Amino acid sequence: MTQTTPDAVAQFEHRRTALESLQHFLHRFPTMVPILVLIVSVIGFGLIANNFLSPFNLSLILQQVAVVGTLAAAQSLVILTAGIDLSVGAVMVLSTVVMGKLAVDMGVPAPLAIIAGFLCGVATGWVNGTLVTRLRLPPFITTLGTWNIFIALVYNLSGRNTIRSQDIDANAPLLKLFGNNFQLGGFVITWGVLLMLAVFAVLYVALNMTAWGKRVYAVGDDAEAAALAGIRVNRILLSVYMVAGLICGLAAWSAIGRVGSVSPTSFAESNLESITAVVIGGISLFGGRGSIMGPLIGAIIVGVFNSGLRLMGVDVLWQLFATGWLIILAVAVDQWIRKISS
Amino acid sequence: MKRARLGGLAAMALTASTLAAAAQDPVKACVITKTDINPFFVKVKEGAEAKGKELGVEIMAYAGKIDGDHETQQQAMESCIAAGVKGILLIASDPKAIVSSVEQAKAQGILVIALDTPLEPANAADATFATDNYEAGRLIGAWAKGTLGDAAKDAHIAMLNINATQPSVDVLRNQGFVEGFGMDPKDKSKYGDEDDPRIVGQEYTDGNEEGGRRAMEAIFQRDPAINVVHTINEPAAAGAYEALKSFGKQDGVTIVSVDGGCPGVQNVKEGVIGATAQQYPKKMAEMGIEAIAAFAKDGTKPAATEGKDFVDTGVQLVTDKPVEGVPSITSDEGLKLCWG
Repeated sequence: MTQTTPDAVAQFEHRRTALESLQHFLHRFPTMVPILVLIVSVIGFGLIANNFLSPFNLSLILQQVAVVGTLAAAQSLVILTAGIDLSVGAVMVLSTVVMGKLAVDMGVPAPLAIIAGFLCGVATGWVNGTLVTRLRLPPFITTLGTWNIFIALVYNLSGRNTIRSQDIDANAPLLKLFGNNFQLGGFVITWGVLLMLAVFAVLYVALNMTAWGKRVYAVGDDAEAAALAGIRVNRILLSVYMVAGLICGLAAWSAIGRVGSVSPTSFAESNLESITAVVIGGISLFGGRGSIMGPLIGAIIVGVFNSGLRLMGVDVLWQLFATGWLIILAVAVDQWIRKISS
Repeated sequence: MKRARLGGLAAMALTASTLAAAAQDPVKACVITKTDINPFFVKVKEGAEAKGKELGVEIMAYAGKIDGDHETQQQAMESCIAAGVKGILLIASDPKAIVSSVEQAKAQGILVIALDTPLEPANAADATFATDNYEAGRLIGAWAKGTLGDAAKDAHIAMLNINATQPSVDVLRNQGFVEGFGMDPKDKSKYGDEDDPRIVGQEYTDGNEEGGRRAMEAIFQRDPAINVVHTINEPAAAGAYEALKSFGKQDGVTIVSVDGGCPGVQNVKEGVIGATAQQYPKKMAEMGIEAIAAFAKDGTKPAATEGKDFVDTGVQLVTDKPVEGVPSITSDEGLKLCWG
């Protein structure tokens, strides 16, 4: 009916409001939202919470988010393909148990035990990926199932017992490598923090500068279109789950350093915490959009809020309250930005 | 109508068969725990099974899937009633909600014993067999005070608890410690209301190593002069120690805990934990099965420990640095009695 005249188009372009400009800007640079939130929250807590801006505290926040941050990297890959992985935390704990059991209880040389832990991570990724691609089960349900199965394996393998820090020191100190730290000014940096940063750096390169990365985004954005363009969708998906499993294995090594022991009961909620970091980091749950650096910032934001609120001495319920609103805010902003593409 | 009559017949048949069964079959008992994961509950199950074998009581064991899984426990209660057991040992996940099932069981003449966790109200069960968690806290508090000596007057104390729901076990251990250390616990039904300046703060650990470390880091930031750490259990204590070690402060700090699991007692032996109050899940279960066997024989119900409203299954302080006036056993003795 209505015919668009060139004039009308020009007029529309002119009438773009500041808000619309912001919307377009964020659509192009989705990581700007978490970056702004991070800057504002650091300044905010710096003003109201004692010692918050001390190098000691700032580096402690990084130490505290290192394990969940690394897991968030794995989660991001899966979410970029419009999937979700509820099993990442269980896979990580399973890998810690494999490493600890082999190296401490069975006397396997530590490097081999660690490699076995990585292989365990990759194998669980293969299981998830195969179920998703071959049986065409939705990722949510698949990983809900394997989450339970992997936890059962954890209890079975570990005999529900913790492997103590002192026994690891005596038999396989290499397992605690990522708990080691060094000082940089007043900053205390653990190797686990460096590992997290390295994982994100490698993923950044892989996702932005390789054909594989472009395909991961394409599959996440529209799997059918990707298939029509000649991308072997199942192969990409399987590779994503396996790489995510490997990263869980790395996170496992980091987790042993952080906690000191191999503990089957720790990190029970790390799967949800990793999803939280990814969502706050601005990666769209609908797949195909968002920068891999977002979840790194998302994880740090959660750490900043928890640390700031703890330093203020407020009840723990406010940490949950704040995290909840951050998630809802992040998803709302994502929906708003998405309106442009429709 | 027809269905109702059939149901009635079935019920009569069932009653007849249970009566017949009671005459010939061995006494049956149920053990229902919160989960099958925690070594404490595993030990309860093992203890019940061993004692059952000894006394000729057939044991049926059930567990919830996770801590807080009330529904599975309710189904287990129903299965136990249907199976015609003589008694049920129950570690309730939801001590309030399970009461209606407990009452159904009691109406069928079944002896219901609450283990470890009292029901709410506690008298809903025929008896409660539990560790005196307040006493456990008091012992480690008194030991910490004695160990510090004069320095106890200006101690800097971190309280590392379980979680924000403040379950009764958590409150009892915390408040027991406060009293044992010679501070005023104020309202004993909750923690955090004390105004003694020696308590630097309360943090939550989820009862595991990761949470213990996180909590210790948080409290250390508020006061780096912390020199006494109360922990809800030994995994939390191990996590707190890791945090202190990363700050290079592990030597000047006294950590106390509760539980008596084998890794925890080993940590006492190695000086990571100063003292821990050991509880006895196996004994708890054994006493429970004995009570059910006695009830099956002549209908006697267990009586509470004198001066308490439950049957105290005992708690002992494990430490290698005994303090005068606080009875304790050594870590080697503790290792012989430990669980998990």
